[in-house]
Amino acid sequence: MRPALLRQVAAFVATVVVIQLASVAGEKAFLLTQLTMSAYYTLVVLGLSLFMGYAGQISLGHAAFFAVGGYTSAVMTTFDLGPFRSTAWVAAAGKVGLLATRTDAFGSQVLAFHPWPAMACAVLLTAAIAFAVGVPVLKLKGHYLAMATLGLGTIVYSVALGTATLGAADGISGVPPLPVLPGIAVGGNGSRIANYYVAGTVLAVSMLLLLNLVHSRVGRALRAIHGAEDAASAMGVDTAHYKVRTFVLSAAMAGLAGVLLTHYNGSIGPSEASIMKSVKYVAIVAVGGMGSLWGTLAASMVLNFLSLRGYFGTLDDAVFGTILVVVMLFAPQGILAIDLRRALRFLRPTRGAPAEPG
Amino acid sequence: MTGALAIQYLVAGLTYGTIYAVVGMGFNIIYNTTGIINFAQGEFVMLGGMIAVSLHAILPLPLAIAGAVLATMVVGALIELVFIHWLSRPTVLRMIIVTIGISILIREVALLIWGHNVRVLPYFTGNEISAIDLLGARISPQVLWVVAVCAAMVALTTAFFQWTMLGRQMRACASNQVGAAVCGLPIRRLVTLSFVLSAGMGALAGCVVCPITYTQYGMGTGLAIKGFTVAILGGLGNSLGAVAAGLLLGIIESFTVSQLPTAFKDTVSIAILLGVLLLRPSGLFGARVATRA
Amino acid sequence: MALLEVSSLSKSFGGVRAVRDVSFVVRQGMIKALIGPNGAGKTTLFNLASGFVPPDSGVVRFDGHAIQGQPPHRSAALGLARTFQNIKLFAGMTALENVMVGRHIRSRAGFLASMLHLPFTWREEADVRRRSLEMLDFMGIASLADMEATSLAYGQQRAVELARALACEPRMLLLDEPAAGLNMRETVELSRLIVRIRDSGITVLLVEHDMSLVMGISDEVVVLSYGEKIAEADPATVQKDPQVIRIYLGEEEC
Repeated sequence: MRPALLRQVAAFVATVVVIQLASVAGEKAFLLTQLTMSAYYTLVVLGLSLFMGYAGQISLGHAAFFAVGGYTSAVMTTFDLGPFRSTAWVAAAGKVGLLATRTDAFGSQVLAFHPWPAMACAVLLTAAIAFAVGVPVLKLKGHYLAMATLGLGTIVYSVALGTATLGAADGISGVPPLPVLPGIAVGGNGSRIANYYVAGTVLAVSMLLLLNLVHSRVGRALRAIHGAEDAASAMGVDTAHYKVRTFVLSAAMAGLAGVLLTHYNGSIGPSEASIMKSVKYVAIVAVGGMGSLWGTLAASMVLNFLSLRGYFGTLDDAVFGTILVVVMLFAPQGILAIDLRRALRFLRPTRGAPAEPG
Repeated sequence: MTGALAIQYLVAGLTYGTIYAVVGMGFNIIYNTTGIINFAQGEFVMLGGMIAVSLHAILPLPLAIAGAVLATMVVGALIELVFIHWLSRPTVLRMIIVTIGISILIREVALLIWGHNVRVLPYFTGNEISAIDLLGARISPQVLWVVAVCAAMVALTTAFFQWTMLGRQMRACASNQVGAAVCGLPIRRLVTLSFVLSAGMGALAGCVVCPITYTQYGMGTGLAIKGFTVAILGGLGNSLGAVAAGLLLGIIESFTVSQLPTAFKDTVSIAILLGVLLLRPSGLFGARVATRA
Repeated sequence: MALLEVSSLSKSFGGVRAVRDVSFVVRQGMIKALIGPNGAGKTTLFNLASGFVPPDSGVVRFDGHAIQGQPPHRSAALGLARTFQNIKLFAGMTALENVMVGRHIRSRAGFLASMLHLPFTWREEADVRRRSLEMLDFMGIASLADMEATSLAYGQQRAVELARALACEPRMLLLDEPAAGLNMRETVELSRLIVRIRDSGITVLLVEHDMSLVMGISDEVVVLSYGEKIAEADPATVQKDPQVIRIYLGEEEC
């Protein structure tokens, strides 16, 4: 593990801890809730940043993947299999331990999938859809790719809104908590602080993996595709392969975020798949700087937190629309790309020094 | 499906299709002059209807409509002057994102002014229940207004681009901006004009269809996507192609919706959009275009 | 012995026949040049031969493998590297990073291995870095390693691009107008460099306008005119060929 990157992640973890302690000390522990939610949305943004910032592509429909992940897990953990308990596959699933019984909000018994297999299925399904869609669609470039992804996002939204099994306009609620460790679960009446640290850990681990990826042969290949796609291909980079893989990875991250946030909130609705959500993600990536993971994380945490706390009020959409317009007009490379880097210079690996193996 | 019902669906399809065609044409006018795909195109339709409804409270209908069209043209000009005028050679992608942002802003302002309420203009002739008998189907006279007004717009626009000096200058911009500039054409002003024209067309379409489809602050986005689909389907830049594509999309959508639940109405146009992008990005009538790596 | 075999290649764009039924062979260890007046189809032929553009008809064999119509990265994996006429360096990356991408096919760390920073990647990365620095050093620009590649002077950018192509450890190098934009002195250095590259075991095919460069170092020359091959021989013979003289100087007499 590169020492420089470890230092950055350590600094991040320290920040997470400090914020938690400060919030409890200042008797504002309730802020941790929005921070936790922001962290999960940030997971989506980070994946998107890899796809847009590093590989230089565009996706205006990423909220769809969040929704696929969230809805899949929600459906699997709330759909009562009780009436079907005698059918072969339900019995088999039960024997293997995939199912769990619990009492729902109305006091009745529900037999549904345990959150873990639900989560696994959700992420796998999201990745599979991303792969199936990505192979043909990623052959497109620029604005054609943008419109195609926009279209796909709209399809998922329409399906979520129009399907009764998915709760139609009301979405799905009563989603059980997702157990993590004995005594710790995502969502439910679990401790706010424990949930906060779960989210923080997920973010820290994700940053670690992404930072590693970006500073590797793969990261170089992605930046090469962004820099000059023909030349990258001429140098032996299989551009289609890398674009699809990056797309799938970013989709899986969004799906995982969807799962976690759905269990945290105990519900999910079609608005999570809306175009506006996708646009918000893009706006944040644009602010954070195309190609700056920490900048994107910071921008995402701040903007999502403010939005969730209601600071933007009814003008929430307008704020993000404005951000998008302003950033795209004046700093298409992202505004934080410049400043934050200089500020965090002491944490960056020094340029030009030979790579320290582990 | 009985013959009368089929005609009903056909007419509905043509009504919506005409609007899609006009939005598609609006896309093409701006694209042809600037190479920009203006996602806010749908908002012009919404603004036309909304402003007309508001003006109608104090003005007779024809004046209200005229006022709405003019006001929207001003909005179009403002958009171009404030956000686009001073950019140098932006990429199409960057402009799509910018115009998506602009469309969001317009929508939010509309929400602020007019709220969530659905608004409606009175029928130009007759009312909600007047109907004309066509081969067994009953169609509203407003439909004839829609088709007539839009057909007139298409005809006038085509004539404008074909035969007037200004129109030809705008076409010159499209094919070769540098060449046009060298010939002394006032590029910047022509770009603004293209926005003004597109805005006006969209607004008028919005007014004429408002009695049938009503208007609401959020209707622009869906229209923009469909308008883009139509523009691409007809071959980006090909205005008559957009007309044909618009009618085609409207009819396909209408018949499909008769079989599927309404929530899936939009999926039809998107399926067509994806099909076109992946299989024939040059559209039905366009020249071969490079969309791929 | 024949490393690159081009057979009956044809390509049209719209109604224009850019390349018509062209065939030639590049034997291992030689320096071959492609010349012709503007519009002769050199660039198209070059793009066809390097697997960059699919031909309408014809075959391109590199080391026995058919590469026409295949995505360019396949050719690179087989050992064919190329440079570009209008230098395509990766924007947003340093000179060193640009060259390190050249080592892409000689390394293998994938997504999972990279994310987990597995031990084998430590050595691989160090190797990639070391070899890339060696390439920059070979080109004499090691001091520019950490500069943003697109901010360098034109001649330096050309050097980075060449270093990048060489980093692939290719068996054959395709140079697309390598002397474009270089002054006299730089061109002479370039010709010496190309000879050194050939002497190190890499076969070279270049497209070029600069006659002194071409005639000075090439073993064989292919001359194109209006998409057709009109001569293929050693420089001395080609220079005396009346057809070649005519296409460059125009009709001397009716």
